[in-house]
Amino acid sequence: MTDNKNDLIEYLLRLGDNAMINGQRLCEWCGHAPALEEEMALMNVALDLVGQARNWYEYAAELLADGRDADQLAFTRDERDFRNTLLVEQPNGDYAVTTAKLFLFDAWHLHTLQALSASKDERIAAIAAKALKEATYHLRRSGEWVERLGDGTEESRQRMLAAIDELWRFTGDLLAGDEIQQRLATAGIAADAEAVASAWQATVEQVFGAASLPVPQPASYFYLDGKRGLHTEHLGILLAEMQFLQRAYPGATW
Amino acid sequence: MSKDSELDALFGGSPVAGMGSSDQPSGLIASDGGAREADESDLPRAWQVLEQVMDPEVPVVSVIDLGIIRDVTWADGHLQVAVTPTYSGCPATELIESEVCKALERAGFRAPRIERRLAPAWTTDWISEQGRERLRAFGIAPPSGSTSKRSLLGEKDEISCPHCGSHDTEVVSQFGSTACKALYRCRSCLEPFDYFKCI
Repeated sequence: MTDNKNDLIEYLLRLGDNAMINGQRLCEWCGHAPALEEEMALMNVALDLVGQARNWYEYAAELLADGRDADQLAFTRDERDFRNTLLVEQPNGDYAVTTAKLFLFDAWHLHTLQALSASKDERIAAIAAKALKEATYHLRRSGEWVERLGDGTEESRQRMLAAIDELWRFTGDLLAGDEIQQRLATAGIAADAEAVASAWQATVEQVFGAASLPVPQPASYFYLDGKRGLHTEHLGILLAEMQFLQRAYPGATW
Repeated sequence: MSKDSELDALFGGSPVAGMGSSDQPSGLIASDGGAREADESDLPRAWQVLEQVMDPEVPVVSVIDLGIIRDVTWADGHLQVAVTPTYSGCPATELIESEVCKALERAGFRAPRIERRLAPAWTTDWISEQGRERLRAFGIAPPSGSTSKRSLLGEKDEISCPHCGSHDTEVVSQFGSTACKALYRCRSCLEPFDYFKCI
């Protein structure tokens, strides 16, 4: 356990950052979504994600034991310290981009949480089992929208094709494992990246098939790496907004 | 015992849990209203107190009806209550915990402790029959059937309209006014309604 501690903290921050940044990005739709029902749905998904992020951060904070709590992990780390996958930090774009982004993430999230529900680390298993129920609803919703847009009008189809074209290059980063995850997976704590990737591929093929969308070839090498804190330029701007209050008024509460 | 006299016995005539709030420190609340300080023998009474604590979002169902109180025990001279959140991001979690504490303190339990318990994850299967009936009477369709892969993966369940009872209903959105509800519409009486979705 102590041998794995640094690995575990790193892995928990990845899970937390993925949920946090995805949730924060989604909140940008508040007040702007194309329909009231969609706005409520997106905010509900965002809320689930922020709640999950808090659960992961709380565990990470306990292991770090350096005085930082979940809030401080979210609001006072710099861009380079965030471990989220590149996909979730991408701008929302039009509704097809938001939908494609959510679907590609949700499919990965569901299979990851499924694996983590059986983690030998009881705390991870508990957080994951809870989040899995929520992620199941998320995937169901985003998958239905991929189908609706992909197999809808000529306009919606073109937009969905363009969205997939724009985002597909980030799926390599989404699916890639590394030695940290591998060590934890071998110990029965983390999800096995390859197993998640092949389950993800099957889900994507199934939904894209139903939406008559072509499944692109596996994404090739991309020069950035979210797990190592090498992000696209979009994350820093997102953090500037998300962290403003705690940076301007450190420790502020209300 | 009638509901009112039950409440009077529990609270010594003080406001119903969740309705009034007090910012006084816990030591004062315990003696406020004349309730004696509770001890281990009052454990069954704690459950009765919790039956009066309502969900802030759905104020007709108690925290007991919802099935989110997992355990009530006595440890080191304090009452300890295990509460499980409905959803990871449920914004009512802290409020519910604080309402639970306040109600218990008013009933004489000094400084009760809350344990937030994640496993096993909350499921709508834990909502009591009484809770389901109260949801329906409030205009919210209760979760249909029990949780299973089937319901989570969206195969059609029969959701009946809480207003007219018709089974001819359609989903408007899987996500309603709160995380725990979906938005439905009745094709018979044309009324929209919330559905407490299965998780």
